[in-house]
Amino acid sequence: MISACDLLLVLRPMHVCIAPTGHIRQVGKSFAKLALADPTGCRFLEVFEVLRPIKPATMTDLRSLVGQVLRLRLRSEPGLVLRGLAVDDCADGVILDLSFGIAVVDAVQRFGLTAQDFAPSDLVMELLFLQEAKSSAMAASFSLNARLNGARLAAETAALTDGLTGLHNRRALDAALEQLGQSDTEYAVLHMDLDRFKQVNDSLGHAVGDEVLKRVAAIMRSHTRQDDLLIRSGGDEFIILCPGLTNRTRLNELAASLIGDISEPFPLATHSITIGASIGVMVTHDTISVLGAEVVERADIALYAAKRQGRGRHLFWSPDMGTTLAALDLPKTASRDQT
Amino acid sequence: MHGLIFRTLEAFVSETFGPACWGKAIALSGQPVTSFEAMLQYDKAYLPKLLCACAGVLDRPQSEILEDLGTYLITHQNHASVRRLLRFGGQTFSDLLHALDDLPDRTRMVVPGLQLPQILVREPVPQRFTILCTGDPHGFGHVLVGLLRAMADDYGTLAVLDHLGDRDRAEVIDVTVVETAFADDRGFSLTEAELVGKL
Repeated sequence: MISACDLLLVLRPMHVCIAPTGHIRQVGKSFAKLALADPTGCRFLEVFEVLRPIKPATMTDLRSLVGQVLRLRLRSEPGLVLRGLAVDDCADGVILDLSFGIAVVDAVQRFGLTAQDFAPSDLVMELLFLQEAKSSAMAASFSLNARLNGARLAAETAALTDGLTGLHNRRALDAALEQLGQSDTEYAVLHMDLDRFKQVNDSLGHAVGDEVLKRVAAIMRSHTRQDDLLIRSGGDEFIILCPGLTNRTRLNELAASLIGDISEPFPLATHSITIGASIGVMVTHDTISVLGAEVVERADIALYAAKRQGRGRHLFWSPDMGTTLAALDLPKTASRDQT
Repeated sequence: MHGLIFRTLEAFVSETFGPACWGKAIALSGQPVTSFEAMLQYDKAYLPKLLCACAGVLDRPQSEILEDLGTYLITHQNHASVRRLLRFGGQTFSDLLHALDDLPDRTRMVVPGLQLPQILVREPVPQRFTILCTGDPHGFGHVLVGLLRAMADDYGTLAVLDHLGDRDRAEVIDVTVVETAFADDRGFSLTEAELVGKL
């Protein structure tokens, strides 16, 4: 029959036999890998530090731990906490059977351990296999999530953008108004309607109409600031939202230059195209706390007032224009038909 | 069927023969998707149609394509983890063969939902192995032949592998290990992947 010590050497690569004097009698073969000079003959408590459940100072203390699970570390490797069972060797000594526990992943890396350093019956290879497989699977999962997230962002952008002009759409306007409503930022809304666009569209075709709309969008971009929100709110209707811009002089300049540039005749294929634009402007500090939707509506009212005064011009909303389109004597639909 | 299977076929065909070939095969097979995601599930009826289309576009038998796919999985740098995970199976090529019985279970442990055929390995005569693969996806035996051929090289072992066709609804593979130290073992360290990741 094989002796107990030899059996330990074969089966338990991480055991420590401690003599009654407190000196190490025998260690498993894995300790040779842990950057440790052969500890045989050294005092156990000088090589190891027991952390839990108590910190033994003598062999008597250590023997009191028999049957318990210990947490301990090599004094030369304080970062690596081992765990193990203390067993009575029935000869006044102690046998410790140790393992890396979950720290095995770090230990394998730190000490370059191989399959031969573990008992064949040990599940550590399965643990390492799973750890590595999990990392691969997580990487695949992350990459899928990243792609899906990219697709989601692209879809969201598409949903807030007008496909033809690249300007934002009504939904983006609503979101921006809601955000402005929650802050104290003053802002201006310019509501713009193209003049004679319908005639161009009807006589020269939709393709030409589309080009005209793209040109208008380009003009709007060139006259506005980074922070302004440009919206195509309908067929030939546009809204510009200018956060923080309430200066009437600057708004006058902005509206006038937009109308001026849009009204410039321009060549398209064999045609020379002349359209115009009218703008209604509403500035929030003109009134005390109105809802975002009301601000847009008042800009719309000012727009119709501008159209009634002969188009190609801009007007600021004023209280005498009223707060609903119905208050204007010209019905909305009738006004639209004449554009 | 697990997207990994489709994704692997896609990666193999488009990296080995070019994205245009993959595009043609997809079009020919009449699939509603143009690219597969590894972490999604797809209808398993796609696979035979896709393989058939690949065979048509590449003008090679399906068995050959599947075998090359197996080799590609082991030798291609993008899939280094497959080689490493298989090397966990044993310290020698023969150990690996004996560990193949566990392969479907190990695979399921790693990727829940990835079903592989049942594998039965016998060694009736020393260094002469018979491998039986039963179940879906059919044709996996060819992939296994390519995969094991590459793994034999990896271990530096000279082995002869043959797919003997189907017997009793199982794909039969014959493996003869001729010489275990025929060439240098490419080696396997438990830490390789971690080090690459952390350095």
